[in-house]
Amino acid sequence: MNAPVSTPPAALSAAELAAVRADFPILGRTVREGRPLIYLDTAATSQKPQCVIDAEVEYNTTRNAAVHRGAHALAEEATEAFEQARSAVAAFVGAGDDEIVWTKNATEGLNLVAYAMSNAAAGRGGAAARALAVGPGDEIVVTEAEHHANLVPWQELCARTGATLRWIGVEDDGRLDLSDLAVIGPATKVVAFTHASNVSGAISPVDQIVAAAKQVGALTVLDACQSAAHLPLDLRALDVDFAVFSGHKMLGPTGIGALYGRRELLEAMPPVLTGGSMVEVVTMTETTYMPPPQRFEAGTQMVAQAAGLRTAVGYLSELGMDALAAHEAALTDHLLQAVGQIDGVRVLGPAEPADRIAVVAFAVEGVHPHDVGQVLDDAGIAVRVGHHCAQPLHRRLGVHASARASAGIYTTHEEIDAFAAELAKVRDFFRGAA
Amino acid sequence: MSDLSQLYQQVILDHAKQRHGHGLQPSADGESFQVNPTCGDEVRLQVHLDTTAAAPRISHVTWEGVGCSISQASTSVLSELIADVDVPRADEITETFRALMSGRGKPLEPEQEELLGDAGAFIGVARYPARIKCALLGWMALRDAVAQAVVAPPGTGTDTRSTP
Repeated sequence: MNAPVSTPPAALSAAELAAVRADFPILGRTVREGRPLIYLDTAATSQKPQCVIDAEVEYNTTRNAAVHRGAHALAEEATEAFEQARSAVAAFVGAGDDEIVWTKNATEGLNLVAYAMSNAAAGRGGAAARALAVGPGDEIVVTEAEHHANLVPWQELCARTGATLRWIGVEDDGRLDLSDLAVIGPATKVVAFTHASNVSGAISPVDQIVAAAKQVGALTVLDACQSAAHLPLDLRALDVDFAVFSGHKMLGPTGIGALYGRRELLEAMPPVLTGGSMVEVVTMTETTYMPPPQRFEAGTQMVAQAAGLRTAVGYLSELGMDALAAHEAALTDHLLQAVGQIDGVRVLGPAEPADRIAVVAFAVEGVHPHDVGQVLDDAGIAVRVGHHCAQPLHRRLGVHASARASAGIYTTHEEIDAFAAELAKVRDFFRGAA
Repeated sequence: MSDLSQLYQQVILDHAKQRHGHGLQPSADGESFQVNPTCGDEVRLQVHLDTTAAAPRISHVTWEGVGCSISQASTSVLSELIADVDVPRADEITETFRALMSGRGKPLEPEQEELLGDAGAFIGVARYPARIKCALLGWMALRDAVAQAVVAPPGTGTDTRSTP
């Protein structure tokens, strides 16, 4: 058993943190025969404050209607709620209202870009879309650290178009190997990379990657899933061309996410999902399309979820992303120290808290991650086990799978101490019992 | 740790350490490779037939795999049970084990308990839906490998990847 490491929250006082926790009703429940829940799986999905839950209920209770069609009072109010949500989310990430496309989640956002590019390659979107087309001789660059959602759609785009996939490798500590930036060259059309790894927690050097991409005129696509609710995010300042994030990882509902695209790129992009509410004039033979973002929002939209996500970003803004990031930086430091002190436990990712989010994956010598997770679960502690949708990164780090603890705004230092105390027992349980 | 001790009964922990049937042979009458997509755990399992028997009869199984203690122990127990048995009995044991896994911890009938032997210790797994796939990984491979062994000519094992 290790001595608890005490790092006082840098930016949230104990009273503020207690108030935050009181906003999340689920944190008050018990699991597995009465153990208080210690939720360390925020990187998979965050918990939702009562105000987000209420926002969805309020919408469904008082304003539910289909948006962008119909002229009755409810339709107007629903459309207003939907578009106000877009404005709020756009402001939250430093984008213009018309640069935010609603998607089901980040995965859909990434697929949307990839499919729009192959539609462009097939000649859809005309001359304006030609800059988005890829084909034989073109290269798409990803990284070895990507979540499958930012790898498989590009593999598929290459398979459809004849383009070639290349990648930036990863160092032993999980950080991107920047000597591989040289793979970005004249043939590169797209550089798709994560802002922060969902396994190693490493924050990517966005400025260096964007600079390398710009030098060769390649488009950049940022997976901001793990950063959007944990770091102040200004997409224009980061100067990326596209970015994606998921509502459910940022205190919002499931079923909603967003694609950010620079205005002129979205304007040039041919649609992917086609059908109702994204069209201007439809005849039996052809169709003209609405401007973005509606061009990419076919079918009846997820309005209650948008209202919930609006409330979530409002909640985050009110707490202040700087205060939140400072709290989570202290948690990162604490997690790394606590996990790093335990014999036979190896952190899969940078050991130092700099340029790192509060996502700590680890391997326990001689014990499979599922078994690690089971022992923690028995103590009411929720961690993720498996490959976290990043098989290539696990392979690179020399493991099949891992366990992962990830913190959020509501995580306390006491919870990290409790987690570390249980983790320290894991090897003994399996060694002692056998 | 009472819940944990029910899940990780001593016989399971023993099998996870001392794995029966572990180690592949150069050839087999049926062979199957199975992956658990949630964690990437894998097992390759071979079925060896008793060629002297009149009806299809399994002499023994061999296997290798990477996985958690539940999947490793389950495949080890499987190797102990599926030795010198005819195919219908192997099927019966497999189905009984699957019934145990879907029984949410309901105790087995005495004759089922006898049929499963050490595998009855996995009753605790049935209370953790996320772990049932771990326990069934080797059994999925067995079913596939037996199907190949009894329809295919001996020595033509194939590679399959399917969701357990």
